Parts: sequence; C-alpha cells; structure tokens
Amino acid sequence: MSDVRYTKDHEWIRLEGGVGVVGITDYAQNALGDVVFVEVPEAGKALTAGGEAGVIESVKAASEIYSPVSGEVLEGNAGLDGDPALVNTSPTGEGWIFKVKLADPSEVEKLMTEAEYQAFVDGLD
Amino acid sequence: MSAPETLLTTPLHALHQELGAEFGGFAGYDMPIRYKAGIMAEHLHCRASAALFDVSHMGQVLLKGPNVIEALERLVPGDIEALKVGRQRYTLFTNARGGIMDDLMVTRRESDLFVVVNAGCKTEDFAHLKAHMPPGTVAMLDDRALIALQGPKAIDVIGRMDSGIRTVPFMGACELTLGGIECWVSRSGYTGEDGVEISVPAEHAEALARHLLAQPEVMPAGLGARDSLRLEAGLCLYGSDIDQNTTPVEAGLTWTIGKRRKMEGGFIGAEPILDQLFTGPRKIRVGIRPEGKAPARAHTLIVDETSNEIGEITSGGFGPSVGGPIAMGYVTPDYANDGTAIGLVIRGKLHPARIAPLPFVPKGWK
Repeated sequence: MSDVRYTKDHEWIRLEGGVGVVGITDYAQNALGDVVFVEVPEAGKALTAGGEAGVIESVKAASEIYSPVSGEVLEGNAGLDGDPALVNTSPTGEGWIFKVKLADPSEVEKLMTEAEYQAFVDGLD
Repeated sequence: MSAPETLLTTPLHALHQELGAEFGGFAGYDMPIRYKAGIMAEHLHCRASAALFDVSHMGQVLLKGPNVIEALERLVPGDIEALKVGRQRYTLFTNARGGIMDDLMVTRRESDLFVVVNAGCKTEDFAHLKAHMPPGTVAMLDDRALIALQGPKAIDVIGRMDSGIRTVPFMGACELTLGGIECWVSRSGYTGEDGVEISVPAEHAEALARHLLAQPEVMPAGLGARDSLRLEAGLCLYGSDIDQNTTPVEAGLTWTIGKRRKMEGGFIGAEPILDQLFTGPRKIRVGIRPEGKAPARAHTLIVDETSNEIGEITSGGFGPSVGGPIAMGYVTPDYANDGTAIGLVIRGKLHPARIAPLPFVPKGWK
C-alpha cells in the first residue's frame, strides 16, 4: 500500500516517486454532494501548501480545493471535464484532481496519516 | 451536526432527521437541504414523478372581515377584486419606491383571503398587513404546516386520496380530506411542475407526510432541489432575484399588475411603477446560459464585449434537467434580447454566455 496523507481540508495526497497525486476524500465528496464542475489547476501553476489550487462546484455551491503541499502542477485531471461526477463515484481513484511535483517532499510528513484523518473525521460528526 | 438553539424547527423536523436529511439554516429555520438521494436525484425525481417538500417555514395568513379585498389592493398591484372564489393569484407587496417587499400567493375563499408569504419576510409582512388592513382582520396561522407535493405524478397521488383535486385547475384551490385529515390544498408550486401545496394543521402534518411518502411515486426533496427546480422554471427567489430595490417592471413581473390596476393605480408604489411601464426600466431580469460548464453563481459580474459592466447574476447554478449551468440576473435593456452574447467574470476569468429565454425547461402544468 502506497503512503496516502490527508489534510484538515479533506484533501488526500498519494506519493508516486517525487510526484503527488491529489484529490478530495470520500467524506468531502459526500459533504459536497453531486459534483457538476471541477476547475483543475493548469500545468505549470505554482502551488503553496494550504493555498488555493482549484474549485469544485456541486449543484448547491462552489468550494475551494487547497493544495496539501508546495510545488508545481504537472497536470490537472482532464477526465473531470467530461465527467465531473468521478469525484463522487471514485474520489480516491479516477476522480483525482491534479498531480504536483513536490518542492519539499518532507512537507508530506506534516500531514495526517490515514488513522489520524479517520480520527479527525470521526470527531466532526 | 446539531443546529444552533436559535434556529426554529417545523412540525416535520423529527421526520426529516429520521429520513437522514442534511440540515441548513434558512430564514431562521433548521431546514432539510437534501436527503440521502442527493439534490440531483431529488430534482430529477420531481421532474419525473413526485417530490415532497416541507415548506412549513413559510407564513400562512388569513385576512377576514369587511373590506379586506379593497384594503389588500392598496398593498399589492394584483387584481384581487376579480379573483374568483377558489382561485389563487401570485402578487407582490410593493414599497413606496416601487420596490418589492415580498412576493406572495393570495387565494380567495368563500369568506376570507388565504395568503402565503416567504419565511424570511413573514414578520415584516405581518406587521405591514397589521398596519394597513382594517383592525382585527389579520391572523397569522402559525398552527399550520405547509407541505408541497410537486411533479407530474403529484395529482395522481392526491387524487387517490381525494378525487376532488382532479377538477381543480392550476392556480385553483379547495378543501380536501387527505388520509382523514382536512386540508386546504392549492394546485400550484415553485418547481415548474404540476402539483399541490397542502396547508395542514401542525399536529397532523407528520401523519400526512408519512402517508404521502408511503406512496410509490413519492420521494422527499430538500431546499437544495427546490432551489434548482425553481431556477430552471425561471421563478424568482425573494432576496436574490427580487428585493426592496427591484420593481415589478424590472423583474419581468409586469404581468402580475392587473389591467384595472394599471389604469387606476391605488397601491403603494403605483406612481413609480406605472411611470416605469412607459419610460422603461433601467435593468431587466433575464435568463442566462453560460457557454462553458462552469456555473456562475449569484453576484457574478456580467460584462459586454468590451468588458464594461452591464449587470449582475442574482441566481445561478447547475440545472440538473438542463444538464448544464443556468442563471438569472439583471442587465441593461440593450443587452436583454434572447441570444445576445455577454461575458461572465467567474473567479477573475471571462466566460462567454448568452441571454436565454425563461423558463429553461418546458412548464409541466396546464
């Protein structure tokens, strides 16, 4: 199992070499409801940890996506343009949002582990 | 999450919890925003079958006594005098500047007028009525719930319980006995579909709602779907699309001003409103279709081809039945014709859009 880390804003990041794949968690997609549009960041965009990286629009409202780490966007998930509902049906799989080349891989260490995130979410309900 | 103690609840609150509703504050009430199915499924179910909405937060008011019709006509531009018994009319409370204080439904009954106003305005509306109607003629019916059943199958469902609904036309109303409960039912709604709005004594509201939900056609829907349905139907949301600073003429609601009322005036704000009928409004409410996929929400800036501001979106989102983003807003009259190219500034980026006819979906009632 690859290492997945989580933010308090309900993003996840999975490391594949020096590249992080980022999406939103199942908890987040459930809270947002039906996703109808995702504004993914463009390749080359510089991101800072905790900074805005994109926007997810549900039927009801628009919500910001924050980057878990600093770095440069390698690509946004083009598949979400045709099928934004992938964020609902497969939030940690095909519904990933962007890939980022990490500026400082040690930033990931500061994020929550799966167990820590689960405990965090349990505390919200 | 529990609601802050300051929020009011409707008689159906416990039922919503049992149904797994997600709640949100609306006009001071803790209301169901969506159920487990989600806004999209609830919306589509309403267009295909029948959806049940709790709208008990809205204000129900009875006007009874001598001269109430005359007195109400001083507050609204609608022709109430011409309203037949058992018929309902959409009208507006207007202010002295011609702005809209609230939109409301008025039904003429045998011996009184039954009025439904918006939840967020009901305290002010009640005070307004008290101040202008003859003494002792205004009563707030806060012991009644209001349940809307909307969709192409709604009349089938109600008709099985009391066939009396079948002979009531759209915008008609009558008393029906639904599951042994005496209700005041109007054939109307806020979704663009056929359906009913049922005024029921609060103590019987849950029993009636359970009975309706047990019907195979019916599914509960929250305020999220109610909002996307009314937006597709091109219906105004008070506080967003119409308010104290928009006139009926600007809002495209000139049709609510009775012919006799146009000639005679005699309602608060008549002068500026009737003047505007001749001089033309400074801005007009229009439908808008963004050409891309990004929804344009309320307060999105509308610009012309040279990026000059020409208006603002007042309601916008995704239309589940349309399958894309839709919006309503105000533009200067030069840009109000259907098909006119406009720009929308969404998060600092310019998105192309066009003025589109309202409603966005064909109406489901006759």
